[in-house]
Amino acid sequence: MDVNIIEMWPRIAEATNETLLMVFISLALACLIGIPLGIALVVTREGGLIENGPVFNVLNVIVNIFRSVPFIILLVAILPVTRFIVGTSIGTAAAVVPLVFFSAPFVARLVESSLLEVNTGVVEAAQAMGATNWQIIYRVLIPEALSSITLNLTIATIGLVGASAMAGFVGGGGLGDLAIAYGYQRFETDIMIVTVVLLVVLVQFVQMIGNFLSKKLRRL
Amino acid sequence: MIRFDQVTKSFDHEGTSFKAVNQVDLEVQKGEIFGVIGFSGAGKSTLVRLVNQLERPSSGKVLIDGQDMSQVSSGKLRSIRRGIGMIFQHFNLLETKTVFHNVAFPLTLAGAPKRKVKERVNEILEFVGLSDRANHYPDQLSGGQKQRVGIARALATSPSILLCDEATSALDPETTKSILNLLKKVRDEYNITILIITHEMNVIKEICDRVAVMEDGKVVEAGSIFNLFSQPKHPTTQKFVQTVMNDEIPKSILDQVETRYIYRVTFTDGSASQPVLSNVAKQFDLEVNVLYGQITELQDSPFGNLIVEFQGDDDEIQRALEYIKQQVIIQEVKSDGR
Repeated sequence: MDVNIIEMWPRIAEATNETLLMVFISLALACLIGIPLGIALVVTREGGLIENGPVFNVLNVIVNIFRSVPFIILLVAILPVTRFIVGTSIGTAAAVVPLVFFSAPFVARLVESSLLEVNTGVVEAAQAMGATNWQIIYRVLIPEALSSITLNLTIATIGLVGASAMAGFVGGGGLGDLAIAYGYQRFETDIMIVTVVLLVVLVQFVQMIGNFLSKKLRRL
Repeated sequence: MIRFDQVTKSFDHEGTSFKAVNQVDLEVQKGEIFGVIGFSGAGKSTLVRLVNQLERPSSGKVLIDGQDMSQVSSGKLRSIRRGIGMIFQHFNLLETKTVFHNVAFPLTLAGAPKRKVKERVNEILEFVGLSDRANHYPDQLSGGQKQRVGIARALATSPSILLCDEATSALDPETTKSILNLLKKVRDEYNITILIITHEMNVIKEICDRVAVMEDGKVVEAGSIFNLFSQPKHPTTQKFVQTVMNDEIPKSILDQVETRYIYRVTFTDGSASQPVLSNVAKQFDLEVNVLYGQITELQDSPFGNLIVEFQGDDDEIQRALEYIKQQVIIQEVKSDGR
Protein backbone atom coordinates (compact mmCIF):
# COMPACT_ATOMS: atom_id res chain seq x y z
CA MET A 1 0.00 0.00 0.00
CA ASP A 2 1.92 3.07 -1.19
CA VAL A 3 -0.86 5.59 -0.89
CA ASN A 4 -3.35 6.29 1.82
CA ILE A 5 -6.99 6.68 0.94
CA ILE A 6 -7.31 9.64 3.31
CA GLU A 7 -4.40 11.39 1.65
CA MET A 8 -5.89 10.60 -1.74
CA TRP A 9 -9.28 12.21 -0.99
CA PRO A 10 -8.48 15.59 -2.55
CA ARG A 11 -7.37 13.74 -5.68
CA ILE A 12 -10.55 11.62 -5.68
CA ALA A 13 -12.75 14.67 -5.17
CA GLU A 14 -11.02 16.42 -8.05
CA ALA A 15 -11.48 13.39 -10.29
CA THR A 16 -15.16 13.22 -9.40
CA ASN A 17 -15.47 16.87 -10.30
CA GLU A 18 -13.73 16.28 -13.60
CA THR A 19 -16.05 13.38 -14.44
CA LEU A 20 -19.14 15.41 -13.61
CA LEU A 21 -17.84 18.34 -15.64
CA MET A 22 -16.95 16.18 -18.63
CA VAL A 23 -20.28 14.36 -18.58
CA PHE A 24 -22.29 17.50 -18.06
CA ILE A 25 -20.60 19.60 -20.74
CA SER A 26 -20.51 16.73 -23.24
CA LEU A 27 -24.16 15.96 -22.59
CA ALA A 28 -25.18 19.58 -23.05
CA LEU A 29 -23.26 19.90 -26.31
CA ALA A 30 -24.40 16.47 -27.51
CA CYS A 31 -28.01 17.48 -26.89
CA LEU A 32 -27.48 20.77 -28.65
CA ILE A 33 -26.39 18.87 -31.74
CA GLY A 34 -28.19 15.56 -31.29
CA ILE A 35 -31.72 16.76 -30.53
CA PRO A 36 -32.11 18.91 -33.67
CA LEU A 37 -30.44 16.12 -35.64
CA GLY A 38 -32.90 13.57 -34.25
CA ILE A 39 -35.80 15.85 -35.10
CA ALA A 40 -34.41 16.34 -38.61
CA LEU A 41 -34.15 12.56 -39.05
CA VAL A 42 -37.80 12.18 -38.12
CA VAL A 43 -39.28 14.98 -40.20
CA THR A 44 -37.26 14.35 -43.37
CA ARG A 45 -37.80 10.61 -43.52
CA GLU A 46 -40.25 9.01 -45.95
CA GLY A 47 -43.75 10.02 -44.90
CA GLY A 48 -42.36 12.66 -42.52
CA LEU A 49 -43.62 16.20 -42.13
CA ILE A 50 -41.06 17.69 -44.49
CA GLU A 51 -40.12 14.58 -46.43
CA ASN A 52 -36.72 15.05 -48.06
CA GLY A 53 -34.91 11.93 -49.25
CA PRO A 54 -31.45 13.40 -49.96
CA VAL A 55 -31.24 15.28 -46.63
CA PHE A 56 -32.42 12.24 -44.71
CA ASN A 57 -29.94 9.93 -46.43
CA VAL A 58 -26.99 12.23 -45.81
CA LEU A 59 -27.85 12.70 -42.11
CA ASN A 60 -28.53 9.01 -41.71
CA VAL A 61 -25.17 8.01 -43.14
CA ILE A 62 -23.25 10.59 -41.06
CA VAL A 63 -24.91 9.39 -37.88
CA ASN A 64 -24.21 5.77 -38.75
CA ILE A 65 -20.54 6.46 -39.44
CA PHE A 66 -19.97 8.05 -36.03
CA ARG A 67 -22.09 5.42 -34.34
CA SER A 68 -20.00 2.59 -35.79
CA VAL A 69 -16.56 3.81 -34.70
CA PRO A 70 -15.59 2.45 -31.26
CA PHE A 71 -15.05 5.30 -28.81
CA ILE A 72 -11.43 4.46 -28.10
CA ILE A 73 -10.65 4.71 -31.84
CA LEU A 74 -12.70 7.86 -32.23
CA LEU A 75 -10.80 9.38 -29.35
CA VAL A 76 -7.53 9.02 -31.20
CA ALA A 77 -8.83 9.48 -34.73
CA ILE A 78 -10.16 12.96 -34.16
CA LEU A 79 -7.15 14.25 -32.25
CA PRO A 80 -6.36 16.83 -34.97
CA VAL A 81 -9.93 18.10 -34.78
CA THR A 82 -9.67 18.27 -31.00
CA ARG A 83 -6.43 20.20 -31.23
CA PHE A 84 -8.01 22.57 -33.73
CA ILE A 85 -11.07 23.22 -31.55
CA VAL A 86 -9.59 23.47 -28.03
CA GLY A 87 -5.99 24.18 -28.90
CA THR A 88 -4.65 21.11 -27.10
CA SER A 89 -5.16 17.37 -27.28
CA ILE A 90 -4.75 16.58 -23.59
CA GLY A 91 -6.81 17.44 -20.54
CA THR A 92 -10.45 17.52 -19.59
CA ALA A 93 -11.45 20.07 -22.24
CA ALA A 94 -9.79 17.96 -24.91
CA ALA A 95 -11.72 14.90 -23.75
CA VAL A 96 -15.02 16.70 -24.22
CA VAL A 97 -14.56 16.93 -28.01
CA PRO A 98 -14.47 13.17 -28.73
CA LEU A 99 -17.17 12.63 -26.12
CA VAL A 100 -19.45 15.00 -28.03
CA PHE A 101 -18.59 13.38 -31.36
CA PHE A 102 -19.40 10.06 -29.76
CA SER A 103 -22.63 10.94 -27.99
CA ALA A 104 -24.29 13.49 -30.30
CA PRO A 105 -25.12 10.87 -32.97
CA PHE A 106 -26.25 8.54 -30.18
CA VAL A 107 -28.54 11.23 -28.77
CA ALA A 108 -29.83 11.85 -32.30
CA ARG A 109 -30.81 8.18 -32.66
CA LEU A 110 -32.41 8.09 -29.22
CA VAL A 111 -34.41 11.26 -29.87
CA GLU A 112 -35.38 9.89 -33.27
CA SER A 113 -36.74 6.69 -31.76
CA SER A 114 -38.63 8.61 -29.06
CA LEU A 115 -40.24 10.90 -31.63
CA LEU A 116 -41.19 7.97 -33.83
CA GLU A 117 -43.15 6.53 -30.92
CA VAL A 118 -45.52 9.51 -31.00
CA ASN A 119 -48.90 8.43 -32.35
CA THR A 120 -49.08 9.52 -35.99
CA GLY A 121 -52.81 10.06 -35.50
CA VAL A 122 -52.08 12.94 -33.12
CA VAL A 123 -49.89 14.55 -35.77
CA GLU A 124 -52.65 14.07 -38.30
CA ALA A 125 -55.15 15.63 -35.89
CA ALA A 126 -52.88 18.66 -35.48
CA GLN A 127 -52.56 18.97 -39.27
CA ALA A 128 -56.32 18.81 -39.58
CA MET A 129 -56.52 21.69 -37.08
CA GLY A 130 -54.37 23.83 -39.33
CA ALA A 131 -51.09 23.55 -37.39
CA THR A 132 -47.89 24.56 -39.16
CA ASN A 133 -45.05 22.04 -39.36
CA TRP A 134 -43.13 24.04 -36.82
CA GLN A 135 -46.11 24.02 -34.43
CA ILE A 136 -46.43 20.27 -34.88
CA ILE A 137 -42.77 19.80 -33.97
CA TYR A 138 -42.68 21.92 -30.84
CA ARG A 139 -46.28 21.63 -29.67
CA VAL A 140 -47.04 18.01 -30.52
CA LEU A 141 -43.99 15.87 -31.27
CA ILE A 142 -41.61 17.16 -28.59
CA PRO A 143 -44.09 17.48 -25.68
CA GLU A 144 -45.63 14.09 -26.42
CA ALA A 145 -42.19 12.45 -26.64
CA LEU A 146 -40.58 14.36 -23.78
CA SER A 147 -41.01 11.64 -21.16
CA SER A 148 -39.49 9.04 -23.46
CA ILE A 149 -36.73 11.44 -24.59
CA THR A 150 -35.79 12.00 -20.95
CA LEU A 151 -35.46 8.28 -20.29
CA ASN A 152 -33.38 7.91 -23.43
CA LEU A 153 -31.15 10.86 -22.46
CA THR A 154 -30.59 9.07 -19.17
CA ILE A 155 -29.22 6.15 -21.15
CA ALA A 156 -27.00 8.56 -23.08
CA THR A 157 -25.77 10.15 -19.85
CA ILE A 158 -24.82 6.82 -18.36
CA GLY A 159 -23.11 5.95 -21.63
CA LEU A 160 -21.17 9.18 -21.27
CA VAL A 161 -20.09 8.29 -17.73
CA GLY A 162 -18.67 5.06 -19.14
CA ALA A 163 -17.03 6.71 -22.12
CA SER A 164 -15.56 9.49 -20.00
CA ALA A 165 -13.65 6.86 -18.06
CA MET A 166 -11.77 6.06 -21.24
CA ALA A 167 -10.88 9.70 -21.68
CA GLY A 168 -8.05 8.97 -19.26
CA PHE A 169 -6.14 7.86 -22.34
CA VAL A 170 -5.83 11.43 -23.48
CA GLY A 171 -5.16 12.62 -19.97
CA GLY A 172 -8.73 13.71 -19.67
CA GLY A 173 -8.84 13.17 -15.97
CA GLY A 174 -11.88 11.97 -14.10
CA LEU A 175 -12.66 8.87 -12.09
CA GLY A 176 -11.81 6.55 -14.96
CA ASP A 177 -8.38 8.08 -15.28
CA LEU A 178 -7.83 7.68 -11.55
CA ALA A 179 -8.93 4.07 -11.61
CA ILE A 180 -6.55 3.25 -14.45
CA ALA A 181 -3.60 5.26 -13.17
CA TYR A 182 -3.73 4.11 -9.54
CA GLY A 183 -6.04 1.14 -9.31
CA TYR A 184 -4.92 -0.67 -12.45
CA GLN A 185 -1.35 0.41 -13.19
CA ARG A 186 -0.21 0.72 -9.57
CA PHE A 187 -2.32 -2.07 -8.14
CA GLU A 188 -3.95 0.23 -5.56
CA THR A 189 -7.03 -1.87 -4.96
CA ASP A 190 -8.50 0.62 -2.44
CA ILE A 191 -8.50 3.39 -5.03
CA MET A 192 -10.05 1.04 -7.60
CA ILE A 193 -12.85 0.14 -5.19
CA VAL A 194 -13.51 3.75 -4.23
CA THR A 195 -13.71 4.94 -7.84
CA VAL A 196 -15.95 2.06 -8.88
CA VAL A 197 -18.24 2.71 -5.93
CA LEU A 198 -18.38 6.39 -6.85
CA LEU A 199 -19.22 5.51 -10.46
CA VAL A 200 -21.94 3.12 -9.30
CA VAL A 201 -23.43 5.83 -7.06
CA LEU A 202 -23.25 8.35 -9.91
CA VAL A 203 -25.01 6.02 -12.35
CA GLN A 204 -27.70 5.16 -9.78
CA PHE A 205 -28.24 8.84 -9.12
CA VAL A 206 -28.48 9.72 -12.81
CA GLN A 207 -30.97 6.89 -13.41
CA MET A 208 -33.03 7.97 -10.42
CA ILE A 209 -33.26 11.55 -11.63
CA GLY A 210 -34.05 10.33 -15.16
CA ASN A 211 -36.87 8.09 -13.93
CA PHE A 212 -38.28 10.85 -11.76
CA LEU A 213 -38.24 13.46 -14.52
CA SER A 214 -39.64 11.05 -17.08
CA LYS A 215 -42.58 10.30 -14.83
CA LYS A 216 -43.23 13.99 -14.20
CA LEU A 217 -43.04 14.80 -17.91
CA ARG A 218 -45.75 12.31 -18.79
CA ARG A 219 -48.20 14.99 -17.66
CA LEU A 220 -47.43 18.49 -18.76
CA MET B 1 -71.09 22.86 -49.35
CA ILE B 2 -68.66 20.00 -50.03
CA ARG B 3 -68.44 18.78 -53.59
CA PHE B 4 -66.37 15.98 -55.05
CA ASP B 5 -65.96 16.44 -58.77
CA GLN B 6 -64.54 13.36 -60.51
CA VAL B 7 -62.04 12.90 -57.69
CA THR B 8 -59.42 10.19 -58.01
CA LYS B 9 -56.66 9.47 -55.51
CA SER B 10 -54.09 6.88 -56.43
CA PHE B 11 -51.17 5.61 -54.40
CA ASP B 12 -48.05 4.24 -55.99
CA HIS B 13 -46.69 1.22 -54.27
CA GLU B 14 -43.64 -0.60 -55.60
CA GLY B 15 -44.34 0.31 -59.17
CA THR B 16 -48.04 -0.45 -59.18
CA SER B 17 -50.66 2.23 -58.89
CA PHE B 18 -53.66 1.67 -56.68
CA LYS B 19 -56.76 3.83 -56.87
CA ALA B 20 -58.04 4.29 -53.33
CA VAL B 21 -60.66 6.72 -54.57
CA ASN B 22 -61.82 6.34 -58.13
CA GLN B 23 -63.73 9.09 -59.98
CA VAL B 24 -66.04 10.01 -57.16
CA ASP B 25 -68.81 12.54 -57.62
CA LEU B 26 -70.63 13.55 -54.47
CA GLU B 27 -72.27 16.60 -53.05
CA VAL B 28 -72.88 17.20 -49.36
CA GLN B 29 -75.46 19.87 -48.55
CA LYS B 30 -75.12 22.46 -45.83
CA GLY B 31 -76.44 21.29 -42.47
CA GLU B 32 -76.98 17.67 -43.44
CA ILE B 33 -75.48 14.57 -41.90
CA PHE B 34 -74.01 12.65 -44.78
CA GLY B 35 -72.78 9.10 -44.32
CA VAL B 36 -70.25 7.16 -46.34
CA ILE B 37 -70.31 3.44 -45.68
CA GLY B 38 -68.08 0.70 -47.01
CA PHE B 39 -66.11 -2.32 -45.95
CA SER B 40 -62.52 -1.76 -44.91
CA GLY B 41 -60.32 -0.88 -47.85
CA ALA B 42 -63.20 0.66 -49.78
CA GLY B 43 -61.45 4.05 -49.81
CA LYS B 44 -63.77 5.91 -47.45
CA SER B 45 -61.01 7.07 -45.08
CA THR B 46 -59.07 8.45 -48.03
CA LEU B 47 -62.24 10.15 -49.23
CA VAL B 48 -62.75 12.02 -45.95
CA ARG B 49 -59.07 13.05 -45.89
CA LEU B 50 -59.46 14.61 -49.30
CA VAL B 51 -61.90 17.11 -47.82
CA ASN B 52 -59.33 18.80 -45.58
CA GLN B 53 -56.49 17.92 -47.95
CA LEU B 54 -54.69 15.56 -45.60
CA GLU B 55 -54.64 13.70 -48.91
CA ARG B 56 -54.29 15.57 -52.18
CA PRO B 57 -56.39 14.36 -55.11
CA SER B 58 -54.49 12.83 -58.03
CA SER B 59 -57.13 14.22 -60.36
CA GLY B 60 -60.47 15.93 -60.07
CA LYS B 61 -61.51 18.62 -57.65
CA VAL B 62 -62.72 18.90 -54.09
CA LEU B 63 -64.70 22.09 -53.64
CA ILE B 64 -65.74 23.63 -50.34
CA ASP B 65 -68.24 26.46 -50.72
CA GLY B 66 -67.22 26.55 -54.35
CA GLN B 67 -63.53 26.91 -53.61
CA ASP B 68 -61.16 24.41 -55.20
CA MET B 69 -59.14 23.07 -52.28
CA SER B 70 -56.15 22.06 -54.39
CA GLN B 71 -55.72 25.62 -55.64
CA VAL B 72 -55.39 27.41 -52.30
CA SER B 73 -52.02 28.40 -50.80
CA SER B 74 -50.71 26.51 -47.78
CA GLY B 75 -51.41 29.47 -45.51
CA LYS B 76 -54.97 29.74 -46.76
CA LEU B 77 -55.35 25.96 -46.44
CA ARG B 78 -54.45 26.15 -42.75
CA SER B 79 -57.07 28.80 -42.15
CA ILE B 80 -59.67 26.74 -44.05
CA ARG B 81 -58.72 23.70 -41.96
CA ARG B 82 -59.58 25.65 -38.82
CA GLY B 83 -63.10 25.79 -40.18
CA ILE B 84 -63.23 21.99 -40.56
CA GLY B 85 -63.31 19.91 -37.39
CA MET B 86 -62.27 16.27 -37.45
CA ILE B 87 -62.72 13.36 -35.06
CA PHE B 88 -61.05 9.98 -35.23
CA GLN B 89 -61.61 6.32 -34.39
CA HIS B 90 -58.78 6.32 -31.85
CA PHE B 91 -59.49 9.87 -30.66
CA ASN B 92 -55.89 11.10 -31.23
CA LEU B 93 -55.75 13.20 -28.08
CA LEU B 94 -52.55 14.65 -26.65
CA GLU B 95 -51.72 12.19 -23.87
CA THR B 96 -49.57 14.66 -21.94
CA LYS B 97 -52.28 17.33 -21.77
CA THR B 98 -55.41 17.68 -19.69
CA VAL B 99 -58.88 17.60 -21.19
CA PHE B 100 -58.95 21.39 -20.92
CA HIS B 101 -55.69 21.85 -22.80
CA ASN B 102 -56.63 19.28 -25.42
CA VAL B 103 -59.77 21.24 -26.21
CA ALA B 104 -57.83 24.51 -26.03
CA PHE B 105 -55.18 23.19 -28.41
CA PRO B 106 -56.67 24.28 -31.76
CA LEU B 107 -57.41 27.72 -30.29
CA THR B 108 -53.86 28.07 -28.99
CA LEU B 109 -52.55 27.05 -32.42
CA ALA B 110 -54.64 29.81 -33.94
CA GLY B 111 -53.17 32.27 -31.46
CA ALA B 112 -56.37 33.07 -29.56
CA PRO B 113 -55.95 35.20 -26.41
CA LYS B 114 -55.92 33.26 -23.11
CA ARG B 115 -59.13 34.69 -21.71
CA LYS B 116 -61.06 33.87 -24.90
CA VAL B 117 -59.62 30.35 -24.92
CA LYS B 118 -60.74 29.72 -21.36
CA GLU B 119 -64.23 31.01 -22.07
CA ARG B 120 -64.67 28.96 -25.22
CA VAL B 121 -63.22 25.74 -23.76
CA ASN B 122 -65.50 25.90 -20.72
CA GLU B 123 -68.50 26.57 -22.93
CA ILE B 124 -67.76 23.66 -25.26
CA LEU B 125 -66.94 21.26 -22.39
CA GLU B 126 -70.32 22.12 -20.94
CA PHE B 127 -71.90 21.31 -24.31
CA VAL B 128 -70.34 17.83 -24.47
CA GLY B 129 -71.01 17.20 -20.78
CA LEU B 130 -67.43 17.01 -19.54
CA SER B 131 -67.11 20.15 -17.42
CA ASP B 132 -66.20 18.06 -14.37
CA ARG B 133 -63.39 16.31 -16.25
CA ALA B 134 -61.51 19.43 -17.38
CA ASN B 135 -58.42 18.64 -15.31
CA HIS B 136 -58.29 14.93 -16.08
CA TYR B 137 -55.81 13.36 -18.47
CA PRO B 138 -56.92 11.22 -21.42
CA ASP B 139 -55.69 8.00 -19.76
CA GLN B 140 -58.16 8.64 -16.94
CA LEU B 141 -61.15 8.69 -19.30
CA SER B 142 -63.37 6.03 -20.85
CA GLY B 143 -63.58 5.63 -24.63
CA GLY B 144 -66.84 7.54 -24.81
CA GLN B 145 -65.43 10.39 -22.74
CA LYS B 146 -62.32 10.53 -24.93
CA GLN B 147 -64.49 10.85 -28.01
CA ARG B 148 -66.44 13.64 -26.32
CA VAL B 149 -63.13 15.42 -25.79
CA GLY B 150 -62.37 14.78 -29.47
CA ILE B 151 -65.69 16.32 -30.44
CA ALA B 152 -65.16 19.29 -28.10
CA ARG B 153 -61.71 19.85 -29.59
CA ALA B 154 -63.09 19.65 -33.13
CA LEU B 155 -65.79 22.19 -32.27
CA ALA B 156 -63.53 24.62 -30.40
CA THR B 157 -62.78 26.75 -33.45
CA SER B 158 -66.50 26.91 -34.38
CA PRO B 159 -66.16 25.01 -37.66
CA SER B 160 -68.85 24.78 -40.32
CA ILE B 161 -67.94 21.19 -41.22
CA LEU B 162 -67.27 18.20 -38.98
CA LEU B 163 -65.54 15.14 -40.41
CA CYS B 164 -65.99 11.88 -38.51
CA ASP B 165 -63.59 9.08 -39.41
CA GLU B 166 -64.98 5.87 -37.90
CA ALA B 167 -65.72 7.92 -34.80
CA THR B 168 -67.74 5.22 -33.06
CA SER B 169 -65.98 2.11 -34.32
CA ALA B 170 -63.93 1.67 -31.15
CA LEU B 171 -66.92 2.15 -28.85
CA ASP B 172 -69.50 -0.23 -27.40
CA PRO B 173 -73.11 0.00 -28.69
CA GLU B 174 -74.38 1.98 -25.72
CA THR B 175 -71.57 4.56 -25.94
CA THR B 176 -71.98 4.68 -29.72
CA LYS B 177 -75.58 5.68 -29.21
CA SER B 178 -74.68 8.51 -26.85
CA ILE B 179 -71.97 9.81 -29.19
CA LEU B 180 -74.40 9.71 -32.12
CA ASN B 181 -76.93 11.65 -30.08
CA LEU B 182 -74.24 14.20 -29.33
CA LEU B 183 -73.43 14.51 -33.05
CA LYS B 184 -77.10 15.04 -33.75
CA LYS B 185 -77.11 17.78 -31.13
CA VAL B 186 -74.03 19.33 -32.78
CA ARG B 187 -75.84 19.54 -36.09
CA ASP B 188 -79.10 20.80 -34.60
CA GLU B 189 -77.58 23.48 -32.35
CA TYR B 190 -74.67 24.69 -34.47
CA ASN B 191 -76.02 23.80 -37.94
CA ILE B 192 -72.73 22.11 -38.75
CA THR B 193 -72.47 19.94 -41.85
CA ILE B 194 -71.34 16.47 -40.77
CA LEU B 195 -69.62 13.91 -42.97
CA ILE B 196 -69.49 10.49 -41.35
CA ILE B 197 -67.32 7.60 -42.46
CA THR B 198 -68.28 4.24 -41.03
CA HIS B 199 -68.61 0.54 -41.64
CA GLU B 200 -71.52 0.26 -39.25
CA MET B 201 -74.93 0.48 -40.89
CA ASN B 202 -76.65 1.25 -37.59
CA VAL B 203 -74.65 4.51 -37.41
CA ILE B 204 -76.02 5.47 -40.83
CA LYS B 205 -79.51 4.39 -39.86
CA GLU B 206 -79.36 6.28 -36.58
CA ILE B 207 -78.37 9.76 -37.70
CA CYS B 208 -77.66 10.21 -41.41
CA ASP B 209 -79.88 12.08 -43.85
CA ARG B 210 -78.20 10.75 -46.94
CA VAL B 211 -75.67 8.03 -47.57
CA ALA B 212 -73.18 6.89 -50.18
CA VAL B 213 -72.01 3.30 -50.39
CA MET B 214 -68.40 2.80 -51.42
CA GLU B 215 -66.66 -0.22 -52.84
CA ASP B 216 -63.20 -0.44 -54.39
CA GLY B 217 -62.82 3.34 -54.42
CA LYS B 218 -66.11 3.95 -56.19
CA VAL B 219 -69.44 5.18 -54.98
CA VAL B 220 -71.72 2.32 -56.02
CA GLU B 221 -74.96 3.75 -54.69
CA ALA B 222 -76.07 6.98 -53.08
CA GLY B 223 -79.33 8.46 -51.96
CA SER B 224 -81.60 9.25 -49.05
CA ILE B 225 -81.58 6.85 -46.14
CA PHE B 226 -85.14 5.88 -46.83
CA ASN B 227 -84.60 4.98 -50.47
CA LEU B 228 -81.45 3.10 -49.74
CA PHE B 229 -82.97 1.04 -46.96
CA SER B 230 -86.26 0.35 -48.69
CA GLN B 231 -84.88 -0.37 -52.16
CA PRO B 232 -81.17 -1.20 -52.01
CA LYS B 233 -80.02 -1.96 -55.55
CA HIS B 234 -76.33 -2.80 -55.34
CA PRO B 235 -75.44 -6.13 -53.70
CA THR B 236 -73.07 -4.37 -51.27
CA THR B 237 -75.83 -2.01 -50.23
CA GLN B 238 -78.14 -4.96 -49.73
CA LYS B 239 -75.55 -6.62 -47.53
CA PHE B 240 -75.23 -3.50 -45.37
CA VAL B 241 -78.98 -3.08 -45.11
CA GLN B 242 -79.27 -6.69 -44.02
CA THR B 243 -76.84 -6.08 -41.15
CA VAL B 244 -79.40 -3.87 -39.46
CA MET B 245 -82.69 -4.92 -41.01
CA ASN B 246 -82.24 -8.67 -40.79
CA ASP B 247 -84.86 -9.34 -43.46
CA GLU B 248 -83.65 -12.81 -44.21
CA ILE B 249 -86.49 -15.28 -43.96
CA PRO B 250 -85.94 -18.27 -41.69
CA LYS B 251 -85.55 -21.61 -43.42
CA SER B 252 -88.54 -23.10 -41.64
CA ILE B 253 -90.74 -20.62 -43.48
CA LEU B 254 -88.97 -20.98 -46.82
CA ASP B 255 -89.59 -24.70 -46.76
CA GLN B 256 -93.31 -24.03 -46.88
CA VAL B 257 -93.57 -21.38 -49.62
CA GLU B 258 -94.54 -23.92 -52.27
CA THR B 259 -97.66 -24.97 -50.44
CA ARG B 260 -98.76 -21.74 -48.78
CA TYR B 261 -99.49 -18.14 -49.77
CA ILE B 262 -96.54 -16.33 -48.24
CA TYR B 263 -95.79 -12.69 -49.03
CA ARG B 264 -93.36 -10.00 -48.01
CA VAL B 265 -95.02 -6.69 -47.20
CA THR B 266 -92.66 -3.72 -47.18
CA PHE B 267 -93.72 -0.60 -45.35
CA THR B 268 -92.16 2.67 -46.40
CA ASP B 269 -92.92 6.35 -46.15
CA GLY B 270 -95.19 6.22 -43.18
CA SER B 271 -97.32 3.40 -44.52
CA ALA B 272 -96.39 1.38 -41.47
CA SER B 273 -98.66 3.58 -39.44
CA GLN B 274 -101.66 2.48 -41.53
CA PRO B 275 -103.39 -0.63 -40.30
CA VAL B 276 -103.20 -2.21 -43.77
CA LEU B 277 -103.27 -5.84 -42.72
CA SER B 278 -105.98 -5.33 -40.22
CA ASN B 279 -108.12 -3.66 -42.89
CA VAL B 280 -107.53 -6.57 -45.23
CA ALA B 281 -108.69 -9.04 -42.64
CA LYS B 282 -111.82 -7.00 -42.10
CA GLN B 283 -112.69 -6.35 -45.73
CA PHE B 284 -111.90 -9.72 -47.24
CA ASP B 285 -112.87 -13.18 -46.27
CA LEU B 286 -109.42 -14.43 -45.30
CA GLU B 287 -107.07 -14.89 -42.41
CA VAL B 288 -103.80 -12.97 -42.11
CA ASN B 289 -101.02 -14.72 -40.27
CA VAL B 290 -97.82 -12.77 -39.50
CA LEU B 291 -94.92 -15.21 -39.63
CA TYR B 292 -91.91 -13.02 -39.26
CA GLY B 293 -90.81 -9.43 -39.59
CA GLN B 294 -89.30 -6.28 -38.29
CA ILE B 295 -90.44 -2.70 -38.04
CA THR B 296 -87.91 -0.01 -37.25
CA GLU B 297 -87.65 3.73 -37.48
CA LEU B 298 -85.81 5.59 -40.23
CA GLN B 299 -85.56 9.34 -39.97
CA ASP B 300 -88.47 9.42 -37.58
CA SER B 301 -90.86 7.42 -39.74
CA PRO B 302 -91.55 3.73 -39.33
CA PHE B 303 -90.07 1.37 -41.83
CA GLY B 304 -89.90 -2.36 -42.11
CA ASN B 305 -91.20 -5.53 -43.62
CA LEU B 306 -93.42 -8.34 -42.54
CA ILE B 307 -93.64 -11.87 -43.82
CA VAL B 308 -97.30 -12.79 -43.83
CA GLU B 309 -99.34 -15.78 -44.83
CA PHE B 310 -102.84 -15.51 -46.26
CA GLN B 311 -105.25 -18.35 -45.61
CA GLY B 312 -108.47 -18.50 -47.59
CA ASP B 313 -110.07 -18.80 -51.01
CA ASP B 314 -107.69 -18.23 -54.02
CA ASP B 315 -109.85 -15.54 -55.68
CA GLU B 316 -110.33 -13.73 -52.41
CA ILE B 317 -106.58 -13.68 -51.84
CA GLN B 318 -105.96 -12.28 -55.37
CA ARG B 319 -108.45 -9.47 -54.72
CA ALA B 320 -106.88 -8.76 -51.35
CA LEU B 321 -103.44 -8.55 -52.99
CA GLU B 322 -104.73 -5.96 -55.50
CA TYR B 323 -106.05 -3.91 -52.61
CA ILE B 324 -102.77 -4.11 -50.64
CA LYS B 325 -100.66 -3.19 -53.68
CA GLN B 326 -102.29 0.22 -53.80
CA GLN B 327 -100.92 1.04 -50.37
CA VAL B 328 -97.69 -0.82 -49.72
CA ILE B 329 -95.10 -2.88 -51.57
CA ILE B 330 -95.98 -6.58 -51.56
CA GLN B 331 -94.07 -9.43 -53.16
CA GLU B 332 -94.55 -13.15 -53.22
CA VAL B 333 -91.80 -14.92 -51.30
CA LYS B 334 -89.88 -17.29 -53.53
CA SER B 335 -88.18 -20.41 -52.25
CA ASP B 336 -84.76 -18.70 -52.55
CA GLY B 337 -85.87 -16.17 -49.98
CA ARG B 338 -86.04 -13.11 -52.28
